[in-house]
Amino acid sequence: MSTSSPARIDKPGFGLLIDRTKPLSFTFDGRLFNGYQGDTIASALYGAGQVLLSRSFKYHRPRGALTMNGLDANTLVQVADEPNVRADLHAVTPGLAVVSINRLGSLERDAFSIMDYFGRFLPVGFYYKTFFRPAGVWKYFERPIRIMAGLGTLDPRAEHKYYDKAYLFTDVLVVGGGQAGLEAAIAAAEGGAETLLIEENSELGGSLLYGRVGDSRDAADTLRRDLITRARGIKNLTILTSTVVSGLFTDGWAAAISGNRLLKIRTRQTIVAAGSFDQPIVFRNNDRPGILFATAAQRLMRLYGVRPGNRAVIATSNTFGYETALDLLDAGSEVAAIVDLGTTTGPAVEAARARGIRIVTNATPVDAKGYLRVESVGIASITAQGKTSSVTDWITCDCVLISVGCSPALNLASHAGAKVVFDPAIQMHRAVNAPEGVSLAGSAAGLWSPDRVSTHAKETGAIAARLAAGSPAGSQPDATDPGAASITHPYPIFKSAKGKEFIDFDEDLSVKDIINSVKDGYDDIQLVKRYSTAGLGPSQGRHANLNTIRVVSAVTGKPPEVIGTTTFRPPLVPEKFAHMAGRAFEPTRLTSMHRRHEELGAQFMTAGLWLRPAYYGAKDNAARAIEDEVRAVRNNAGLIDVSTLGGLDIRGPDAAAFIDRMYTWAYEKQPVGRARYTLMTDIAGVVIDDGVACRLAPNHYYVTATTSAVDQVYRAMTWFNVQWKTDVDVANVTAAYSAVNLAGPKARDIVQSLSSDIDFSKDAFPYMGVRTGTLAGIPVRVLRVGFVGEAGYEIHCPASFGEALWDILMTAGKPHGLKPFGVEAQRILRLEKGHIIVGQDTDGLTNPIEAGMEWALAKKKPFYVGKRSIDMQAAKGITRKLVGFTVTDSAAPTPKDCHLIIRNGAIVGRITSVVKSPTLGKVVGLAYLPLDMTETGHRFEIRVDGGTMVSAEVVPTPFYDPDNARQEI
Amino acid sequence: MPFALLKYALSREHPDDPHFRWKPDLKKTYDVIIIGAGGHGLAAAYHLAKDHGITNIAVLEKGWLAGGNTARNTTIVRANYLTPEGVAFYKESVELFRTLSNELDINVMYSERGHFTLAHTDAAMRTARWRAEVNKHMGVNSEVIDAAEVKRICPTMNVTDEARYPVLGALYHPPGAIARHDAVAWGYAKEAMKRGVEVHTQTEVKKILIENGRAIGVETNRGVIHAAKVMQAVAGSSSHVARMAGLKLPIKTIPLQACVSEPVKPILDQIVVSGSLHVYISQSARGEMVMGGATDAYGLYSSRSTLDFKESLMGHMLELFPFMGELRILRQWAGMADMTPDFSPVMGLTPVENYYIDAGWGTWGFKATPVCGKRMAECVATGRQPDLLKPFALSRFNTFDLVGEKGAASVGH
Repeated sequence: MSTSSPARIDKPGFGLLIDRTKPLSFTFDGRLFNGYQGDTIASALYGAGQVLLSRSFKYHRPRGALTMNGLDANTLVQVADEPNVRADLHAVTPGLAVVSINRLGSLERDAFSIMDYFGRFLPVGFYYKTFFRPAGVWKYFERPIRIMAGLGTLDPRAEHKYYDKAYLFTDVLVVGGGQAGLEAAIAAAEGGAETLLIEENSELGGSLLYGRVGDSRDAADTLRRDLITRARGIKNLTILTSTVVSGLFTDGWAAAISGNRLLKIRTRQTIVAAGSFDQPIVFRNNDRPGILFATAAQRLMRLYGVRPGNRAVIATSNTFGYETALDLLDAGSEVAAIVDLGTTTGPAVEAARARGIRIVTNATPVDAKGYLRVESVGIASITAQGKTSSVTDWITCDCVLISVGCSPALNLASHAGAKVVFDPAIQMHRAVNAPEGVSLAGSAAGLWSPDRVSTHAKETGAIAARLAAGSPAGSQPDATDPGAASITHPYPIFKSAKGKEFIDFDEDLSVKDIINSVKDGYDDIQLVKRYSTAGLGPSQGRHANLNTIRVVSAVTGKPPEVIGTTTFRPPLVPEKFAHMAGRAFEPTRLTSMHRRHEELGAQFMTAGLWLRPAYYGAKDNAARAIEDEVRAVRNNAGLIDVSTLGGLDIRGPDAAAFIDRMYTWAYEKQPVGRARYTLMTDIAGVVIDDGVACRLAPNHYYVTATTSAVDQVYRAMTWFNVQWKTDVDVANVTAAYSAVNLAGPKARDIVQSLSSDIDFSKDAFPYMGVRTGTLAGIPVRVLRVGFVGEAGYEIHCPASFGEALWDILMTAGKPHGLKPFGVEAQRILRLEKGHIIVGQDTDGLTNPIEAGMEWALAKKKPFYVGKRSIDMQAAKGITRKLVGFTVTDSAAPTPKDCHLIIRNGAIVGRITSVVKSPTLGKVVGLAYLPLDMTETGHRFEIRVDGGTMVSAEVVPTPFYDPDNARQEI
Repeated sequence: MPFALLKYALSREHPDDPHFRWKPDLKKTYDVIIIGAGGHGLAAAYHLAKDHGITNIAVLEKGWLAGGNTARNTTIVRANYLTPEGVAFYKESVELFRTLSNELDINVMYSERGHFTLAHTDAAMRTARWRAEVNKHMGVNSEVIDAAEVKRICPTMNVTDEARYPVLGALYHPPGAIARHDAVAWGYAKEAMKRGVEVHTQTEVKKILIENGRAIGVETNRGVIHAAKVMQAVAGSSSHVARMAGLKLPIKTIPLQACVSEPVKPILDQIVVSGSLHVYISQSARGEMVMGGATDAYGLYSSRSTLDFKESLMGHMLELFPFMGELRILRQWAGMADMTPDFSPVMGLTPVENYYIDAGWGTWGFKATPVCGKRMAECVATGRQPDLLKPFALSRFNTFDLVGEKGAASVGH
């Protein structure tokens, strides 16, 4: 194809992931670029000569890719409404519009780059030291600082896209599909375990994809192909690529992200073979675009067929740097020099020397020139730890490739509970005391030599398989590797008098910032992190933590193992909110009669997960509709869907004794066929629920609970059942039953017009009676209870009959003026009767005595939950009481729930419920008042909206039908 | 650019005095030992030194400076509580916060953003009105607003009827603020140490020494030290430490989790809390969304993180802010919440003479740091319970004089 740019390598062995026959174009900041299918945004841009990708967080310095593996913050770009996209992970697609972030003006000429010159004014923690004098001035500084901070942009019009979740189960989970992960997974699977191997990249192989074994690229490639062939041939080994394990939680619970899906994985054994993170050399201008890790260069070449530069300088302290030099030569680039921080030996060194590359030993880069891309690098001789001669040589180049060591990826092991300690022998951290079920392999375990990695990973996999099967682990594998000691340079940090030698690229922190943190007194590594913000950026300190520890160690004189490290927090890679939300499945519970309510024009309100009819009719006519419903109940009959009421089925020899302990009243002697009010208190004696208990048989109760509290009541019951060792079964049957309350003077006529084996006559079925039978052929439990204060039947039936029951009653009630009513009317009706609603007329501290429910306390019972507290409070005496009141001035504004009662300028009470009663034609309500204000006729003042005072008077309850003649008729 | 920054550009050496003057060794005796170098303990030390002239103080810390719940909280400051006692207390805290940067000579980045407690149910609207009425009575700026007004103040919020739990309205508290939590603790440490207070980290109290019902000192991993008075301020470990003094606290300790997003440009100015949805969110000065929800479902002494926390939090977060779906969670963590039965703290005298307690801070400790420090210092210095702290005495649990803040505290933070 003709689109090939000079940076593309047209040779075999390069460009594994791209398809050169499928060119595509896309835009970056509005400019057209060409790439290939298989490219990432960053590889395509690099391949097209665009190395500059972003501007840094604080100083707006130009930045390019560092890892080419999604591990640095330099590659953050905006793609449509998605902020902070990692350009080196995100596949490029035809027409993709990519925009750079955190700049004012163009990326090349970012006006905010002036911040770079202000660096000297901005010492570490500068924002703690200024912007607050004189008092109150911070708010004027905060806004511009907020605008300067932040990276990408959220579009408030963006929509919630489709994301979902899946559950996976496995015996052994292997994280990482490099050499170690493949070997471990194969061994685990061959050991008989169901094994799941998860690899972040689209291809298996890890560093075998781009690196060398010894000095041989072919050996790495052959090893990779061999391992993949073997892995793919095992039936009980499942492989997921392009999937990243982002968190490992307690008890083998892992989270992984795959496209738009969150995988939730339950595993018996987890092997973390997630590799390690490259570490930078800290020298002046070490952040210039074109300075990248050697592995990033290898990825560019091998995976995407992109030349990292025409003339490279390699700065290294291990053989990987030399191997990269060989790759560059093979790719057709020039290697200006290998700058070796020590005196590395090995076959790759010999090979590089043989191919005539200039090698400078005991030297390091100390400065770089070039702004939008590195143009030359100044090298100097290392004279002592962190010390160098002055620049001995400026070498012209267009890329500098770094390989001075690694930091193992211990994040997941640490999430799961392993401790992270510094091992001076390898100058790297290790995970120790990994929790049961978690092990490590490969470089994450501190092993680097391919043969050692292989043996150790195989044994680790086999052990995991044995443990997953419940067999003994056997002997632990040898986790030592003599080759590991030469990987990581102990102090690749070269402070410059002129600064700008960056330790943390995300946060623009240089060596002096860390030193000054310690000087400011923040000498603990945790304090250094918090004060300087080292490691707080999007790359979570992957490239900053180790060097920060080294600098703190150097300044304080304490070795790194004493300095310790900060804690790894999940997630390993940032997870989108949408991944966690998934389809945000929040069930809506509908009663079996819901369709009928809709047909009748109900307006719904939420009640926990349920929807309940608030009233029937148009929204703009709400008050009138509710009033009509109230009148129907008072004058004829009303029907309300109470299916959402909690239902608890309690059976067993101890059923009565159990209910006696759970509730405040007495139930042991309650006759079969009777219902009794229930009041529940917590251990502090606070009212938490009410309902009725129906004794259906000596050992069988059906107990109702409020809609919102039933789950909590059920949980409490199961908990206490275990605590008390009572012999009962408790079942939450809320959803199994539907129920209606048929109430009003015509209620009996309506039920009697239907065929039934239940005798509904007054004497045969008195108030608080419970009957089981059939009604118009439907199996029912009928409770004669009266929340609304009229003759009423609460009819419960299996939920599958709910709609039929509703229809039958509505039809039968038609000649009697029956109307459906909703929650709003019910609230009015019950308030007219003076019945409390737990949670509305009680608060977080209300005891039954205060709520006027003393009658529901069984005084002689030795125990019920909360009794001790209530007895203590009774002995001490209460200070407030819930009483009925009416507003005396009919012209006054109607108070609202929670308006306060004021006496002598102090709050003395609160209204809990108040309504303008359609039945009584006046405002009535319930309020808490101090005891000395509770006698009937006492007048008090309510402060309503706008501060107006409204006079009210204590009246007895019930407001309506004080003798309860109507409900017991 | 403030002139104060000039000196950094003009001087060769870092020109500042260290914030902290660490002392290597423990003395044998102090006037006061404070267990716990978090925000509260440090604030108490500062006020003892500044207001009461008591400077011979050791603040002992098991871990690192302010590394417990002070480091883990989500920094919301507000006074819109439910009880008059609570409102009066937190109101003083808000007033102290407003001038704290100047008081401590460190920018605590106190930023008044406005605080919504969203209501999705009638019950929540009622509680909102209750709080607003009490707040206004106490001179605290709070009001109940409807959904349209919520939308006007915070235009990016989804208040449509299509939401699973539509926003019906909110308690709006304009003074609600966020602050830089670490800076608050560092400021108190810095100013306390400047006045002679010693702070000793990595110093764990193993035993509290009590003689004839009177606290006389502590035994630490670095030896025994004596003091005339001992105070504990160890949120998350209150029950453990109190037990060493022979006190059994009515506290249950439950993990509380939080997380932050990657930084983005300013898009959310207010602090938004929804008790029904178990969600709260604010955007820090750095651009990160700082988020949390309800406490975990069960008691546990562990600061492990969980996956389900993020799942339920984000499910609800995207109800309120659907456009945040593509934003990413950067980091999650957990702290330990010492929950009392009435959702109010425990401060002041104890049955053990010369032993003072500052505990039961549940999910609301950070916002009380200044007032608690000031009043606990008064309590320790005088040996008497200050009026403002009287409702919060430990003895209230014996007499059922509780301060019920559940309606304002449960997810309010």
